[in-house]
Amino acid sequence: MYQPYLVLQARALTSQTAESDAIRFLVGTQSLKFDNQIHIIDFDDENNIISKSVLQHQAGEIWHISASPADKAVLTTCYNKSEAPALSLSQLGASVFPAQVVSSESRVVTCGAVWRMPPEWESGSHESPDDPHNSHNPQNLELLCHLDNSSHGNASCVLWEPMGDGKHVISLADNHALLWDLTESSTQATISSSATLEGKGQLKFTAGKWSPHHNCTQLATANDTAIRGWDLRTMSQIYCIENAHGQLVRDLDFNPNKQYYLASCGDDCKVKFWDVRNINEPVKTLEEHSHWVWSVRFNHSHDQLVLTGSSDSRVILSNMVSISSEPFGHLVDDDDLSDGEDNHQDEKTQEPLQDSIISTYEEHEDSVYAVEWSSADPWLFASLSYDGRLVINRVPRALKYHILL
Amino acid sequence: MDGDINATAPGTTPPDTDPARKRRVHGMLKLYYGLNEEGKTVDQAESMDPCDINGPHFDPEVYLNKLRRECSLGELMDQETCMVKQIRSLDSDMQTLVYENYNKFISATDTIRKMKNDFKKMEDEMDCLSTNMASITDFSARISGTLQDQHAQITKLSGVHTLLRKLQFLFELPARLNKCLELQAYAQAVSSHRRARCVLQQYSHMPSFRGIQDDCHAIMDKLAQELRQKFRDGGSSAKDLSECVELLLQLDEPAEELCDKFLSHAQSRLEADLLGLEAELRPPLSYGPTAVTDPYTGPAHRLSVEPTAGSPTGPSSLNNPFLSPSSRTDILEFIDRGCNEFVSSLCLVIASYQELFVNRPQEGELASKNIPQMAIGKLHAFVDALATRYFSLVERRIQEEKSVGDNSLLVRALDRFHRRLQAVAKLLPGSAVPSQGTEIVVRAARERIKQYLAALQSFYLNSLTDVRQALAAPRLGGSSAGVGSHLGGPATGKEAPASLPELLSTLSASILNQIKSVLASVHLFTAKDITFSNKPYFKGDFCSHGVRESLVVNFIKFVCQSSRQFCESAGDRGGSTPPALLLLLSRLCLDYETSTITYILTLTDEQFLVQHHSPVTAVTALCGEAREAAQKLLNHYVKVQGLIISQMLRKSVETRDWVNTIEPRNVRAVMKRVVEDTTSIDVQVGLLYEEGVRKAHSSDSSKRTFSVYSSSRQQTRYAPSYTPSAPMDTNLLSNIHKLFSERVEIFSPVEFNKVSVLTGIIKISLKTFLECVRLRTFGRYGLQQIQVDCHYLQMYLWRFVSDENLVHFLLDEIVGSTAHRCLDPAPMEQSVIEVICERGATCIPVFLPLTVPPASLSSCP
Repeated sequence: MYQPYLVLQARALTSQTAESDAIRFLVGTQSLKFDNQIHIIDFDDENNIISKSVLQHQAGEIWHISASPADKAVLTTCYNKSEAPALSLSQLGASVFPAQVVSSESRVVTCGAVWRMPPEWESGSHESPDDPHNSHNPQNLELLCHLDNSSHGNASCVLWEPMGDGKHVISLADNHALLWDLTESSTQATISSSATLEGKGQLKFTAGKWSPHHNCTQLATANDTAIRGWDLRTMSQIYCIENAHGQLVRDLDFNPNKQYYLASCGDDCKVKFWDVRNINEPVKTLEEHSHWVWSVRFNHSHDQLVLTGSSDSRVILSNMVSISSEPFGHLVDDDDLSDGEDNHQDEKTQEPLQDSIISTYEEHEDSVYAVEWSSADPWLFASLSYDGRLVINRVPRALKYHILL
Repeated sequence: MDGDINATAPGTTPPDTDPARKRRVHGMLKLYYGLNEEGKTVDQAESMDPCDINGPHFDPEVYLNKLRRECSLGELMDQETCMVKQIRSLDSDMQTLVYENYNKFISATDTIRKMKNDFKKMEDEMDCLSTNMASITDFSARISGTLQDQHAQITKLSGVHTLLRKLQFLFELPARLNKCLELQAYAQAVSSHRRARCVLQQYSHMPSFRGIQDDCHAIMDKLAQELRQKFRDGGSSAKDLSECVELLLQLDEPAEELCDKFLSHAQSRLEADLLGLEAELRPPLSYGPTAVTDPYTGPAHRLSVEPTAGSPTGPSSLNNPFLSPSSRTDILEFIDRGCNEFVSSLCLVIASYQELFVNRPQEGELASKNIPQMAIGKLHAFVDALATRYFSLVERRIQEEKSVGDNSLLVRALDRFHRRLQAVAKLLPGSAVPSQGTEIVVRAARERIKQYLAALQSFYLNSLTDVRQALAAPRLGGSSAGVGSHLGGPATGKEAPASLPELLSTLSASILNQIKSVLASVHLFTAKDITFSNKPYFKGDFCSHGVRESLVVNFIKFVCQSSRQFCESAGDRGGSTPPALLLLLSRLCLDYETSTITYILTLTDEQFLVQHHSPVTAVTALCGEAREAAQKLLNHYVKVQGLIISQMLRKSVETRDWVNTIEPRNVRAVMKRVVEDTTSIDVQVGLLYEEGVRKAHSSDSSKRTFSVYSSSRQQTRYAPSYTPSAPMDTNLLSNIHKLFSERVEIFSPVEFNKVSVLTGIIKISLKTFLECVRLRTFGRYGLQQIQVDCHYLQMYLWRFVSDENLVHFLLDEIVGSTAHRCLDPAPMEQSVIEVICERGATCIPVFLPLTVPPASLSSCP
């Protein structure tokens, strides 16, 4: 395990999606008092060395970060933007509900923006983990464009089109899902279509995921206890799992190999796996965490490996063989990938493998708000806890060989 | 020698009188003549000594020499005189003998002479006799010769006479038969006909005989017809009937046909019985008229019945178990009727049938036809068919017996049913009927057990509903009482929640009573006077498998399972189950685990003398299940209560603008509400669960720990925030702190005591508070408000938990996180916080739990 400290509190973590060689994670910090940063964590697998670069993100504290699948250098963040009031107070105010703020007071909105990392970051600003406050100023991110949505409310997250060319993003703002088209250089963004969640009460998207299946025409969102599916072509709702969790749904993820399978997690300490064709009943439920589950991630290549992070400070790696596309624990050939579900029926010929908890990682001391698989090495993952500790772990060797062989 | 004899005769007469001497003399004579009776071997043995003077080998020379050698002179003299004396006596003896024998010889000679003369005369007479006899023989032969002819004639005549009489019988037969027919002396007719039948058959080629035979046939046909008619009429008594059958059989009527007829005749009667039974089974077509005519259903019933008149099997007949039997006969009556009518006539039929066809003496040709086998086969088929119908009726009736109120009626009915079938078993060994009947009994018993189980289950669910209502009712005014108890002492807290233990004891007592009464009802099945209760096929299976497993064990399992379902169905969204019910059930299951299950099972085993032939569910397994259920319920209770408080806290954090809030003047109402709710939960749990152990703490925990927490720790945490190197230190400090504190399991299983439960609830609530705080941004006063709130919680919550450091740690985290999320972290003075909190504490009694004080409301969005 490798534990670089980010010094500042942090919630936002992503792997550099477009990078397929280096094991690289991006972390966005959350601080109200200092300039926020984006830490680029590089892990040298062979030498077990972690190196860290820092880029300044002066716009505000980062709540969500997401890397472009097409361009290594491009990323989006959701951040709190301060809007200083006309009658300035002694401090910068921030509020999630600008509507309720009296005009004389400060207000802060959460916005999304597309950024480009300066090309020379790799050479310029290496830091050792022990010395976070180097004297020379770290480089700034280059702002490409704002996903300006002040009319639509606060952005909770920005999603890139999976495996796309980096031209489309979706931002979830309060109760709106906005599909943006980016220009070639990503310097300009225009809303091409939008969907609005209607209903009584103050509805707000808490999480979302762009499905990599169906030609990337589907989106899944979570608000309160419900999970909704959207068709991006018509921007209309296609399914809705009411009461998917007993309490708030915190995160979603699509199975990368099985197009109808979806994982969700929430405040009822459960992780649920859904077949969206049958939304009455979850396919499977895990109840391993002892507090809210904040993040759930399928492994990109071996979808039986499921990673969850929870505010009980634990990261749990589960082996969900029974609902994976590789029910036998071995890699299916590329040809078979399409009919992964057919393999399901042959299961009885082989000895059935049990779903199991592979490992529980207890290195964190505080709530874990984000977990992420590396995009370069399918056997590596990172988890980030609120106190700024990033832990990189490997899938146990025995299991790795069991899956591969 | 003769002279010797004569001379000694007179002298020897006196010694003759001495028998010994006489014998000796005879012996000597015998010896002399060689007439020894004893045989020669004795003589030889005796007489080998040549010195033996009496022996045959006596050698005088040797003897003399011996004497001379051995004896003295005196002795020789004595010997000599002795010898002389002996010789003399011998001489005299001989004389006597000769004299006697001589006389006898003389008389014998005389007799022989006389005989010679007599024989000559007799010979002459015999000759005369033989000639006479010859002449008699001659005469007799002559007489027989003359009488020969006449004798032959007489014999012939007597033969003709017999024949003529037979012929006369034959010729008179038709008339006689007719007469018999007229007089209905069927038996005589049949026997007459039987006598003549062979002859007629033999001589049927002769026209005259043929005529007679035809006549007889005609008559006998008529007779048979009449008999059959009589047989068919059935009005006749059993004896008549049997006579009838016997005669018909003698008339060569095919036995099979007779059997069939007999049986079909019996069947019609039995079917009438069955129809009668079935008519009782069939519910009355319309309730209206029944209700009017039936004296048992009074006017009160009529009202409830009439609306359902359109639907005969409407819900009222099912819902009201006391109504449906009263409108008809009860099961005992039904079975009684079945037994008295159907079973007894069936027995009668079987008996008479066996009398007629099976057990009758076999004679002549009838024996060869194997009638008994055929007849028995037919009888079995017949009885089976009818019994099956009867059984199906009985079973239908039993199935209608849904009310579990009075079991004795059913048991008695079954007993009677079973008992009466034994009669059939005796009459008809090898029949399947009794075993089928037993099966029905067993099935009925099993069915009954199922019904009792269902009744128990519904009783349990109903009691739960009652408990639910009882819980809901006082709850309306209960919360204020709960608050009162929190500060105003335990006395005021009694009204509403005090009913919890009462409810628990009522619930468990009523369940136990119900189980006991059910066991008592079921026990009727095994009473001694019930015939089937002692059958091994019934008793073992019924007791161990039926009562213990199906009834008791299943019920306990049901209780556990239904309790668990409360957790599962209500798992999402908080659920509709009132938390108090969860708590109550948890305690109930725990009580079951500790004592009740063992008690019930022991009771069952004792009452039913269960022999564990087949493996039965162990007590420990059941206890384990109950404990698991109790644990699950309690965990769920903690979760639900924790969630309720969490939601309050969460709403309070999420819906407030913490940046632009005003300076705190009071503890927020929601915190007071949290404390109130925690207190009432504490009271509630305390009613059912023991206190539990807590870590020792000082007498004034809240003050002491708070000061540590606020002054020393807080200052080290917040002070560096103003220097550039602050983040590092903060993190280091917080991490070092965490290294030494244990990891807090938020949703962890709790123990069965109050402190553990409360700890669980408070953990869940405070952790939620923490997570919510981390998602918000605070202004200076926001932080201060949180400080005040946390201090307030600190003051009150520590007393509920097992380890107060847990509360401190979590509250510390909350304030720390708030400080991190604060734009202007300027903490409030500790003394001010204390003043505010104490002021807040004193105004608690005026709060109503559902109202928010206006002061805090205004600042609350």
